[in-house]
Amino acid sequence: MIEVRWHGRGGQGAVTAAEIIAHAAINEGKYAQAFPSFGPERRGAPVVAFNRFDDRPIWVRSEVYEPNVVVVLDSNLLKNVNVVEGLKPNGILVLNTIKKPEESKKPFLNVSLVTVNAKKIALDVLGIPIVNTAMAGAFVKATNIVKLDSLYEAVKKRFRGKAGERNVKMIKQAYEEAVVLG
Amino acid sequence: MAKRIPIEDSYAASLAVKMANVDVISAYPITPQTHIVERLSEYVSNGELNAEYINVESEHSAMSACLGASAVGARCFTATAGQGLALMHEVLFIAAGNRLPIVMTVANRSLSPNISIWGDQSDMMASKDCGWIQIYCEDAQEIFDIILCAYKNAEDDRVLLPVAVNFDGFYATHVIESMVVTSQEEVDDFLPPRKIPSFALHPDHPTSWGAVGFPAIQTEIKKQLEDALRNSKSIMNEVWNQYGRITGRYYDIFEPYKTEDAEVVLLLMGSSCGTARIAIDRLREKGVKAGVLKLRLFRPFPDKELRSFLKDYRVVAVVEKDFSAGGLGGHLFSEVRTSLYNLKQKPKVLGFIAGLGGRDIRIDEFESVAKKALNIVNGKEKMERDFMFLQVRE
Amino acid sequence: MGEECKLKDKPTIKELPIASIIMTPATSRFYKTGDWRSFRPEIDKNKCIRCGLCWVYCPADAIIRTEEGDYEIDLDYCKGCGVCPEECPTKAITMVEEAEV
Repeated sequence: MIEVRWHGRGGQGAVTAAEIIAHAAINEGKYAQAFPSFGPERRGAPVVAFNRFDDRPIWVRSEVYEPNVVVVLDSNLLKNVNVVEGLKPNGILVLNTIKKPEESKKPFLNVSLVTVNAKKIALDVLGIPIVNTAMAGAFVKATNIVKLDSLYEAVKKRFRGKAGERNVKMIKQAYEEAVVLG
Repeated sequence: MAKRIPIEDSYAASLAVKMANVDVISAYPITPQTHIVERLSEYVSNGELNAEYINVESEHSAMSACLGASAVGARCFTATAGQGLALMHEVLFIAAGNRLPIVMTVANRSLSPNISIWGDQSDMMASKDCGWIQIYCEDAQEIFDIILCAYKNAEDDRVLLPVAVNFDGFYATHVIESMVVTSQEEVDDFLPPRKIPSFALHPDHPTSWGAVGFPAIQTEIKKQLEDALRNSKSIMNEVWNQYGRITGRYYDIFEPYKTEDAEVVLLLMGSSCGTARIAIDRLREKGVKAGVLKLRLFRPFPDKELRSFLKDYRVVAVVEKDFSAGGLGGHLFSEVRTSLYNLKQKPKVLGFIAGLGGRDIRIDEFESVAKKALNIVNGKEKMERDFMFLQVRE
Repeated sequence: MGEECKLKDKPTIKELPIASIIMTPATSRFYKTGDWRSFRPEIDKNKCIRCGLCWVYCPADAIIRTEEGDYEIDLDYCKGCGVCPEECPTKAITMVEEAEV
């Protein structure tokens, strides 16, 4: 079973990203869970969302304490939140950052790092810095938990028409541009 | 084999209510039930569900409106949680005593104070004596299936009682997971439109409801309800079997997991059963023979079935998310214990209160409970009054 | 008014006041929501006409009126919502991106 934790701010779409990936996994015949940290959320406040993926029914229903993967949508969060808390040994951190990969690696020497400038991709394609689907693309590059096609299908169901197409474009671009540092 | 679809637990509930083709929805939103009623209002608004959606000003009114509509013969639905259920309290008794087959989902939420939107089982437990049939569900599939079965059971001539379908707030409302959807044809076949009783409120054949109960008759009135609730159990089983034959998913009063050779059995209701099962797997890897009994039916309380199942175990550890203040621990613990009282040979029954107000119960905490229960029955540890609060920072 | 009223994240029973009554008023001052910001407002004093509309509209009470009548952003609490540049009649306020650390 793979456990994932997403870090974002209320309104950035961390919860939506976790949901879309869960949809993709379930449509592939896997089992998955997606859930936010339970409670009220405000725009701008740090939020967390979670996933579990497995090939058999998932019975555990407590919170995720030791994720295999952590995804960070907003690197400003690194100032105040220990995003790698509980991350399993050989875990992966997927980070949205404008910094060069080697520079991002400095505080995360013992962690497998995947970086992407999701903000730039979002600004290019959408015109606004909504990075969640781009980060979903980077997540798939980092983990291969679902096929890209499944993710495209799930995102097109969630966002109809032109919005769906733009999101597919962002996923594709993020997938291509994400750098797996290891 | 039907395909599994991704769905949020709340929306699984809404979907079941829609497919049951209810006539009246009367509800007031309250976290964490809001998604259920929001989705239902969308269905009504876009025409997918032909029902009357009554926006009431409180939960007390929500249940009161259901009462009236159900008395006329409508298939009704409402949903609530926590303080909302508490606000409905007096009307719950009226619904049951008037034999109205209303189905309500309760997204179990902690009772104030402090103000808590998070899940525990104290809300339904505080109203457990109202005369409703009460079932506890674990996940999306169960919530969906049990709601459909609830209507069929409630509306049976031999039952005519309201049903509360309970599931943990947030853990079983705000999680997206997968389930199989029964087809609409199968649902329609299983659950035809409600047969309106001859005594329903209708101008063509008027009746009077809400009579006074003089001392001379109140005893018999109350006993009539008690008998109805007791007798409903066999019909519940019939309904579950019928549903199982159609869908392949059979439900039962309780569900054991690895209990055959267990020395300690954890007994629980709701979503934490899943986490407990993982704890059992880990305990068994460490050589501890433990099992889980997931209880589904809480009212009418299946004491006979529990006596028969539990009698030969060494120790039963009841873990629940509620307690009776100043009483003897959790409600479930008390009733399990009393069920076994007369047995010459019986397990030691211990009570553990955890998960209050959304405090997460971890896999290792369940492992500790099982080990502690064994220590107590082996004389290595003592527990005053046979129940305790877990997770407390003194 | 000091930090003594602030509870730990995980208090013990003994550390919780009776009925969870919060004994000190105005405790939201201890919650420095400035951390939430991705963009911060900057006021150009040359364009500012001291109308005070930004101070009126700020939903977080994060604009300070100085004794001289100037307006300043309280960066401890400003969440970067962007309402003040919207309301400023002389466009004296711009949102500047917080640098990534």
